[in-house]
Order: sequence, then structure tokens, then C-alpha cells
Amino acid sequence: MADLPELGIGIDVGGTNTDAVVLGPGGRVVAKAKRPTTPDVTGGLRAAMDAVLAELEGAEDPPAARDGQGGGARSRVARIMLGTTHATNAILERRNLGRVAVLRLGAPATTAVPPLSGWPNDLRAAVSAGEAIVPGGHYVDGREIGAPGLGAVRRFLDGVRADAVAVTSVFSPASDEHERLVAELVTSEYGLPVSLSHEIGTLGLLERENATVLNAALYGVAAHVTGALTAALAERGLGARPYLAQNDGTLMTVEHAERMPVATIGSGPANSLRGAAHLSGVTDAVVVDVGGTSTDLGVLTGGFPRESAAAVEIGGVLTNFRMPDILAIALGGGSVVRGGGVGPDSVGYRIAGEALVFGGDTATMTDAAVAAGRTPPGSAGWRGRLPESVLARQAARSGPEKGPRAGDGRETIADVLARAVLVADEMVVDAVDRMTLGRTDRPLVAVGGGAFILPGRIPGVSGVIRPEHAEVANAVGAAIALASGRVDTILPAGDSRPKAIERAKEEAAARAVAAGADPSGVEIVDLLEVPLSYLSEPAVRVHVKAAGPLAR
Amino acid sequence: MSIDESDIPALARGCAILGTGGGGDVRAGSLAAVRAIRAYGEVPLVDLADLPGDALVVPLSGIGAPTVGHEMIHGEDEPKRVAEEVERLFGRPPSAIMSSEIGGSNGVAPVAWAARLGVPLLDADGMGRAFPEVQMVSMYVAGLPADLVIMSDIVGNVVTIRPIDGLWSERLARAVCVAAGSHALMADYVLTAGRARGAVIEGTVTRAIGIGRATEGAVDPLGALRDRLGAVRLITGKLTDVDRRTTGGFVRGTATIEGTGDDRGRRLTVELQNENLIAVEDGAVRAMVPDLITVVDTETAAAVQTESLRYGQRVSVLAWPCDPLWRTPKGLETAGPRAFGYDHDYVPVEELTAHG
Repeated sequence: MADLPELGIGIDVGGTNTDAVVLGPGGRVVAKAKRPTTPDVTGGLRAAMDAVLAELEGAEDPPAARDGQGGGARSRVARIMLGTTHATNAILERRNLGRVAVLRLGAPATTAVPPLSGWPNDLRAAVSAGEAIVPGGHYVDGREIGAPGLGAVRRFLDGVRADAVAVTSVFSPASDEHERLVAELVTSEYGLPVSLSHEIGTLGLLERENATVLNAALYGVAAHVTGALTAALAERGLGARPYLAQNDGTLMTVEHAERMPVATIGSGPANSLRGAAHLSGVTDAVVVDVGGTSTDLGVLTGGFPRESAAAVEIGGVLTNFRMPDILAIALGGGSVVRGGGVGPDSVGYRIAGEALVFGGDTATMTDAAVAAGRTPPGSAGWRGRLPESVLARQAARSGPEKGPRAGDGRETIADVLARAVLVADEMVVDAVDRMTLGRTDRPLVAVGGGAFILPGRIPGVSGVIRPEHAEVANAVGAAIALASGRVDTILPAGDSRPKAIERAKEEAAARAVAAGADPSGVEIVDLLEVPLSYLSEPAVRVHVKAAGPLAR
Repeated sequence: MSIDESDIPALARGCAILGTGGGGDVRAGSLAAVRAIRAYGEVPLVDLADLPGDALVVPLSGIGAPTVGHEMIHGEDEPKRVAEEVERLFGRPPSAIMSSEIGGSNGVAPVAWAARLGVPLLDADGMGRAFPEVQMVSMYVAGLPADLVIMSDIVGNVVTIRPIDGLWSERLARAVCVAAGSHALMADYVLTAGRARGAVIEGTVTRAIGIGRATEGAVDPLGALRDRLGAVRLITGKLTDVDRRTTGGFVRGTATIEGTGDDRGRRLTVELQNENLIAVEDGAVRAMVPDLITVVDTETAAAVQTESLRYGQRVSVLAWPCDPLWRTPKGLETAGPRAFGYDHDYVPVEELTAHG
């Protein structure tokens, strides 16, 4: 047994389904499963885990070998990687959130816009244990605005009852010492967990502060997720080491995730992009993930998701968290088709009972695609299941009272389905064009359960790739073992610049190692320098990202 | 009338439209305005005619690097220190404050400053839009002397400058701003209501709110905005190229929009220098500064800032006439095409677009 190769399990919790895969040597998919996502998330997660383990053991172990061998194939599972929506749901539903003491260092600057300004009232009521702006923080050039007001910090914390503290200091992405000082004070004198803004976000005080507060509010949720994951592993006799997926398509250890839970938000689209890269072997591509209700488009550059330049809103709160640049359109396999076109409504998970091809009486995008000869892999027979009137346009025209109806009655169902394909193709072409930024030399990788509705040729891309196992690309993406770290700061543009950039690279690499990467395999995967305007001394804003394979 | 919390989103949208691509992000200013109205009450909006001739009007604006302003946000007491200095110098407190620049963030933030000071906001500004340089204000065009600048920084320093002319005013104010961490609040051209007549652009706060309200719940937001502005729609299409570079502290570049739908086959190029300055089609200028040119999202009619322009966006370009003050010889000398280095004689947008 010992010389058999290690396995990894990837699980991705989506809005409709929770997908799981087992990856074997060389990243080969050896088992896969889909289960409905449950309202508590954890139930669906356990079901998907059980289903994929059952498939693994059915495929690899003769039933007799399972007794007395300590679980056979499952004992070879070395890692389990989870991309989950627990944190997103907690914020959207205002459930299980911790009470956060919100501290800002910057007074007398920044008082015109106090912390949590613009938050929805119910979220603020659920999260805030109190807010204070105390002296401290830095100027853009590294000078102190004032000494950190540690006395004021103590007076504030003495008067609040909080589960955690969020600390945001002006220009901390460039000068983090005041945040660190306050963290020491809070840990040693109050014993509370602390979120520091320079570890969470980039320049832009309010957005970074918001993300830091959300992070602190999610500590309880993070502990619950990692606890549930650890328990599920123990119950199943799995000795695998658990990891959580984050929003840039890389992983972090559960210990790291417990400190940075906000980083799990948005991991779904990132996983699907990374999975598409892995399954197709392509590192630069447009990825189109077709689900039941919507289609997400993203761009892979160098194997990683292209990140969004715009501010991201989470639960009504603006953050400057770096998220994959995703364009979502209301088109999916379950989109309802009618005379006016396609969607935006969808039959969703009810597709198995309601679509024409499954014997139902709602015309869906799946029916339109199948009628046009586009079927999922291994389902070429679906076309034969459609009623005669749907396939034969001429016949339908001469006898319109036959067969299911759609639209205003003047069009036959066959016409409506045929037009839906044209409309859907146009939506996809238009969305692809928005994402490619005019470059036409990259391929399109089609993934997701509804990928078969996409046409075989799409203008604006060099070709359409449909990798095997595309329907579970997101779970595959979760299972790919890379960890990362990033630094975003302001540096002088003069002679000291090269040294300062080296330091930023080292810091990014150190953060990747902290997230779980093997120190010997960490590389700088992204380095971006933007000159700043209107400053006395020339300065650049620098963004560095490091990534590497997980440590053994 | 007065400005309450419910007016702020409309004001912010309107100021973004009048920013013609520049003027800074309206978000932090909106948050500050809402917070100040909740803390100190609604802000009366007054016309020049409501004020006695000797009433002091203080034009205020935030100056500095946008990246810094996004991180090191204004302190609440900065306007108070400016007002105290005005009172010390003139022997009486300000009767109203005014936005120096209605376009962008400096159009919204003055609501917070007025609320904090407990004084009315004058329904006027110094530009009727956004411009990148301090001398590009109506007070300068009207010939008022640039002989006083008051600045307040985030830690409480107050600097009063008595420059000999506009050039020194700009030079000294910039030096103070840099020393203060590239972010400060500035009053220049402190003036009496009597002198303000003809030297400020009136009605622009009401106009900005009206522009913001026009698209609220509209079935056709773009049409509603065009009608409200009295604008010409130069093109509706897709952004196919953005060429942007930072030189001399300003963002310069060009944006190319290729027509879609009824405009298929047409192509419009917009020249940018922080703001949108000139629109060209087939080698012919279709609109030019100081007339206003704004790029908006075709679907929502929300303004798109020059730094947010990206390939593939579905946008429309609107152009409409500036205030008549900018069409005077002194106005054009200050902020006409040649003031931005373009070798064009100014032609009003109504004439350029009369046949197309």
C-alpha cells in the first residue's frame, strides 16, 4: 500500500451543487461526484465527500480488500481541499457573525468618514461592538501622522464587549508598525483575536477597513468550517491534511484560513478558472463556466485568474479585496426559452423534471441546444427524446397545433428553440469579446455542467476546448495544490527602489509559506509597478504575488 | 430649500456627470456628507440673491494626490479651522461656503463641510464642471485678484498665503500641500456676495441634483440624461482602445469608441487629460473644452471616470455647452483648447454638431 501514489480530494460548494473529485498522480481525475448543496452547506459537503469516496473505492478496490486493510484507497488521500460558501452565506444572511471592536488609527485625519459608514444597518448591528478613531497612522512618505494612541485604545477596549478586534491604520500597506503595536497590546492585555488591515487589503482606507472588519467577524464561522471539516475527516478515517481555497485560486492551511476567513469569499469562480487550466493544459485562455442559471466568464493569464480592477461589494459593503475579474451573464442550461428569447429565469435544479428532453413541458436552453445537435458528452441519444414537432421545423409550421407551444403562438416551438440558440450564441460572443480585451489569439475553455450549449466555433478566440471532466472543473481547481502570498505597498521610485522591491518580494514569499507553500518551491508570479502622481518625491505603487506548491 | 440625506445619491451622480471624466471619486465625499447631515442637520442651499452684499462666501476644495485622498481621508475639523482663519482675517464669520468645482468629489464634499460649520451652501461653483488646475476658475476669469489662499491640513496646521498673483498662488499652495502629506483643504478667492455676482457660476448644485434625479427610475436613462443636460449624443458604441499614460502629474491619453447599432461604422476618439477634452470623428472635432464631454454607461447613464475606462465597455458620449463665462476671450484663454496644448480655435458644440 505504502508505495501507491498519494491522492487528493477537491470539493467545491456551489449555489446549486456541491462537487467533489479525487485527483490521482499527475492530477488525473480518478473519481467525481455531484450532490445538491444543502442550506447548512455542511450536509451537502459530507454527502459529496461520501459519494466521491464510494466511487473511488468502487473503482480502485475490490470490495473484499476493504476489510482489514484500514480503508484501502481512502488511506492514500493525503490532502483535502475545500472551496466553500460558508463565509459568504454568513455575511449575506447575517448569521453566526462575531462582534467586532473596530479600531482605526489616523486621528485627527479621516474623522470625516468614521468606520462602517455606508454599511447596511442590519449588518452593522450584527457586527459592530463599537468603533473608535484614535491617534496614529502614517503619511504616504512614511512619516508618522502622530504617535499611536495606546491609552485611547485601552479606554475604547475597556468599554466594549467584543469577540475580536479589527485594526486599520492610515497607510499601513506601506507602514505597518502601528497596527503591529496595537495587535501586541490587544493580544497580551485582552486576549482577543485581531485582524490587521495590512494583511487583508490594499490602499484605499475605507474599503480595506471594511474587509478587515468582515474578516474579524468571520473568525467564528472559520472555526466552525475547519472544525466540521476536521470532524468529517476523522469520522471517515481519513488522515488527509485539510486546506481551504481562497479567492485567487490558491489554497491556505486551515490554521491560516482561521485567521484570514474573508479570503475564502469568491473562491468558487477562481477554482473553476484554475480547474479549467489544469484540465485543458492551457495557461492563457478565456474560461466560460456554464451553470444551470448563469454563465461566468473569466480570463486565465499565466495559469491564474485575471483580477478585477473594480471595488468588490460583499453583502452591501465595499471592499478592495482582489477578486477574479468575472463577467456573469444570465444564461444557463436551465434558462427558460420563449418567443422573446432566453432567460433570465431558469428552472434551476428542477431541470431534470421540467425540460422537454427530460419529459417535462418547459422549453429550456438545454432543449434548444439538443435540438441544434449540441449534447453533453455521452448523451447523443438525448436528441431522440425530443418530440417530433420540436425537431421538424417545416412539419411544425404546417401543423402548429401539434406539440408544446411557446412564445406568442405565431412561432412554432421549433422556431423558438432555433432562435434561442442564435440569441444565446450572440450573448456568449458579446461577453467573450468584453473579456478578451481585443486579443483573439487565445482559446476558450468551456467548463461547467452546461458547457455543451456553447457553439463549436466562437469569433474572437482561437478555438474552443472542451476538456474531459469539465463538469467538475471547479472541484478540480480546488484540488490543485498551490499556496500564495501577496504584498501591495508604496515605495520610493529613486535609488532605493530595487532594494525595496526585493524586500517586497521576500515578504510576499514569506506570506506564501505562511499560507502553506513549500519554501523551496515559491516563485514570484506577479509583479506590478504603477507610478503615482502629484507627489513631491516620485513613488511607485507595487503589487507582488508569490505562489508555490504545498509543503509536504 | 435645503439638502438632506436623500439628496446625496442624486447629487453624487450629477457631480460625476459634470466631472467630464475627472474631478475624483464621489464616494468618500458622499459618505462624509451623509454622516455630517445626520450629525449636524440639513444644509440650507442659498442663492447669491439671498445674501447681503457684504456676506462672506468661502470657496472650498480638497487638493492633493487622489491616491492619498483615498487613504488619508479628510479630518472633520479642517473646514472649521479655515472658517476661523477667515473670521480672524475679515472680522466676521463666513455666511456661506461654496464648492470651487462642482464636477466630481469637490462637488459633493462641500455639503459635509457646510453641515459641519452650520452655514448654508451657496448654489453655485467656480467651474460648472471639473478642471485640473487651480487658476481655471470663474473668479480668475472674472478678474478677481488671487491674493489670498487659506489651507488647513489633517493635523491642524493652518497656512495663509498672500500671493502676488495666480502663478505664485498655485506654486506656494502646491508646496504647502506636499509638505502636508499631499492632501489638504483649501479656500481661495474668499469673496463677498457682492463681488461674487458674475464671478461664480450660479445654480450648479441644483443642476447637479436635477441631473442625478433625471435618471432615477427612468425607462430610458440615457435619453432622460441627454434631455436634462441639453446634450448631443456624439456616439453610442463600444470602447475599443484606451491609451493612457501619466505625465507631469496628469493622466493623458485617448479613448476610442466604435459605434454599434445605428452608429455602426462610425468611430469617435476622445482626448483625455484627467478630464475628457476633445472629441474627434473622421478628423473633424465634434466637441471641445470648455464644453462638457462625458462618457456614460449606455444602459445606466452613469458617468464613467477616465481612470475606469476599459476595453469592451458599452458607452455613449454626450457633449453639451459650458457656461457662457468660459466662452469669453478670457475664459477661452484660461481653459480653451489652447490652454491644454491643442491647436484648435474654439467652436461651440452646438455649431460643430448642428448637421450631424
